[in-house]
Amino acid sequence: MNPVLRNTALFAAMAMLICLVGIFQSWNAALQIVNMGLISAIMALGVNLQWGFAGLFNVGIMGFVALGGLATVLTSMPPVREAWAAGGAGLLGGLLIGLATIVAAVLLVRRMRPGKLRLLALTALLIAGFILYRAVFDPSVDAVEAVNPAIQGYLGGLGLPALLAWPVGGLLAAAVAWVIGKTALGLRSDYLAIATLGIAEIIIAVMKNEDWLARGVKNVVGLPRPVPYEIDLQNDPDFVARWAERGVDAVTASTLYVKLAYAGLFAAVLIVLLILAQRALHSPWGRMMRAIRDNEVAAEAMGKDVTARHLQIFILGSAICGIAGAMMTTLDSGLSPGIYQPLRFTFLVWVMVIVGGSGNNFGAVIGGFLIWFLWVEVEVAGQWIMNLITSGMAEGALKSHLNDSVAHMKFFTMGIVLLLVLRFSPRGLIPER
Amino acid sequence: MDIVNALITLLNFVVVPAMAYGSQLALGALGVTLIYGILRFSNFAHGDTMAFGAMVTVLVTWLFQSWGIHLWVLPTALLALPFGILACIGLLLATDRVVYRFYREQKAKPVILVIVSLGVTFVLNGIVRFIIGPDDQNFLDGERFIVSARTFREMTGLEEGLAIKTTQGITVITAVFVVALLFWFLNRTRTGKSMRAYSDNEDLALLSGIDPERVVMITWMIVAALATIAGVLYGLDKSFKPFTYFQLLLPIFASAIVGGLGNPLGAIAGGFLIAFSEVTVTYAWKKVLTYFLPESLAPDGLVQLMSTDYKLAVSFMILIIVLLFKPTGIFRGKSV
Repeated sequence: MNPVLRNTALFAAMAMLICLVGIFQSWNAALQIVNMGLISAIMALGVNLQWGFAGLFNVGIMGFVALGGLATVLTSMPPVREAWAAGGAGLLGGLLIGLATIVAAVLLVRRMRPGKLRLLALTALLIAGFILYRAVFDPSVDAVEAVNPAIQGYLGGLGLPALLAWPVGGLLAAAVAWVIGKTALGLRSDYLAIATLGIAEIIIAVMKNEDWLARGVKNVVGLPRPVPYEIDLQNDPDFVARWAERGVDAVTASTLYVKLAYAGLFAAVLIVLLILAQRALHSPWGRMMRAIRDNEVAAEAMGKDVTARHLQIFILGSAICGIAGAMMTTLDSGLSPGIYQPLRFTFLVWVMVIVGGSGNNFGAVIGGFLIWFLWVEVEVAGQWIMNLITSGMAEGALKSHLNDSVAHMKFFTMGIVLLLVLRFSPRGLIPER
Repeated sequence: MDIVNALITLLNFVVVPAMAYGSQLALGALGVTLIYGILRFSNFAHGDTMAFGAMVTVLVTWLFQSWGIHLWVLPTALLALPFGILACIGLLLATDRVVYRFYREQKAKPVILVIVSLGVTFVLNGIVRFIIGPDDQNFLDGERFIVSARTFREMTGLEEGLAIKTTQGITVITAVFVVALLFWFLNRTRTGKSMRAYSDNEDLALLSGIDPERVVMITWMIVAALATIAGVLYGLDKSFKPFTYFQLLLPIFASAIVGGLGNPLGAIAGGFLIAFSEVTVTYAWKKVLTYFLPESLAPDGLVQLMSTDYKLAVSFMILIIVLLFKPTGIFRGKSV
């Protein structure tokens, strides 16, 4: 079959599946899948850029997604003035001292000749810097966290418009990706994997424990939204009247309206990124990337700076994941670091890219939608099947255990899907051309 | 100044826990490093393999406990351990047959095998959570302490107590025994030598008539035993919770890489290095320093370098530092 026709058919089938959810479950559930599917597709685009274009194995997607979420809080929440007054200067000063120590250490390693003297100087510098940093930083943290701890106890954000948080999320993720890339990209492929796995866990640990930053596990709720609130719509007589004519009650109408508004925003971001990714893929730059992926030695012999190009695409891909993470936090309208789990936020995205077809941007998009759809619907289907199996059983420990375990079937199914695709159709649904 | 009490405190809060944790990491890292040496990929499913082996052991332990079988002062889990190992061997051989062998025959790139192992991780994670649920499970019984803090104080008349948990003692003894057995096997037996030969140079080993499938099969069996033992010891010492085993992946990989991937000796050294650094960096040194220093210099704060929540960060920092200055690890590892 002609590839264009085939791809159109695939996307149409995906739309059909979502419509079926709308008809049999509810349109709210269907739109929920569409929204998360759009976000997943963007994450998959970012990973596809790294893996599909350049062959970089990044298993720290969760960290970049979480950084995007953090950016939402830092950008759009209103600043907490008391906290800034109590310890803002100290916090910033402490962080600056820490940064200055690291910069000084790097300079010292570069400038001095290797030997015992350098080691001694470096150790002394690091210890002095650390003590100074803790001396300035710790009291300020206590001061900030003491400010109204039940609802604040953190510095707050900049109070900027909610939409601005998305590009900021991308920038934050890009900055961290630069640091990781600088240290880990020169190393072998599986070392990059371990390094990214570790950095993602550390980012989550920082977000969970540094309460002054974004309240840690106490969560930030009520983030500003770029779309109207349901309750305002329900109180708007025009809105209620308009939907009442079509026979939809105000509550359903308002939830659908908000979700559709989000879907529009997300789709706009996805389309822009998709166009950019397609242009990049078919540009000389994209061809160079694939040349590096397929044979690093040959590309290097042609005068391509492999490490620099890897760094570039690592930053770009991570930034896209950051944008998606910011969008997701905006959709949830709250940041809770506890939800970030590697199986859900790193490996699921990998399944999306592999199943969709690595190296093909449209593949990443369809993979994002399809796998998110399965992720949600497997639980629904599993519940139904399990009810069928256990319907004949007597009430008891086994029955309740089986019914409770349905939630874990998701991991099992996703693993099987990934293994089957890798084995029987390793190029994915929409293969690279 | 009170050197004896300071040393006892140090022993109690730093050395003993780090020895136990280091043994657990070393056993885990040995499994990772063997797979890397023979099958030539980083197995991300190792943490969940440990969880699976430990889960079977937990279930058998419960069965024994319900039958009233006990092992005097020792945990019943030791009796159940062989069954866990057997189940884990069955599991790994089955995964190899169904999943990995295809890619081996294709001579797929190592990174593809890593992604495949991610798929296996998902499946194992699902199975373990499906069978035993995601919560903490307790399967420890028998005597809790070899020496409890109180008896130690009564015996010695010192101010500080030294407590050694039974699980810590068992962990270290088992680890020493297992490692000795493994090294005897690798260095003295014909099969072990053929495994090392295969790891050093695949083509040469094939030419000398070594059957690769047999080497791979024995590797999986050893790895299953190591993973189950490590998983059970960790579960006894801390607690059995499926998700924690996935998080152990980072310190385990850090141990294996720091020591040099593919090098068994390095895995052990790396395990202890990581464990001791994690414990020393996150330990609050106030008490020890108070004993060591004259009263006028006694510290006010906790003197804790990092909060315990950043344990992971410690193993990661060591990993990065070693990789930057000695990219193949402390003991020379191999690279695919």
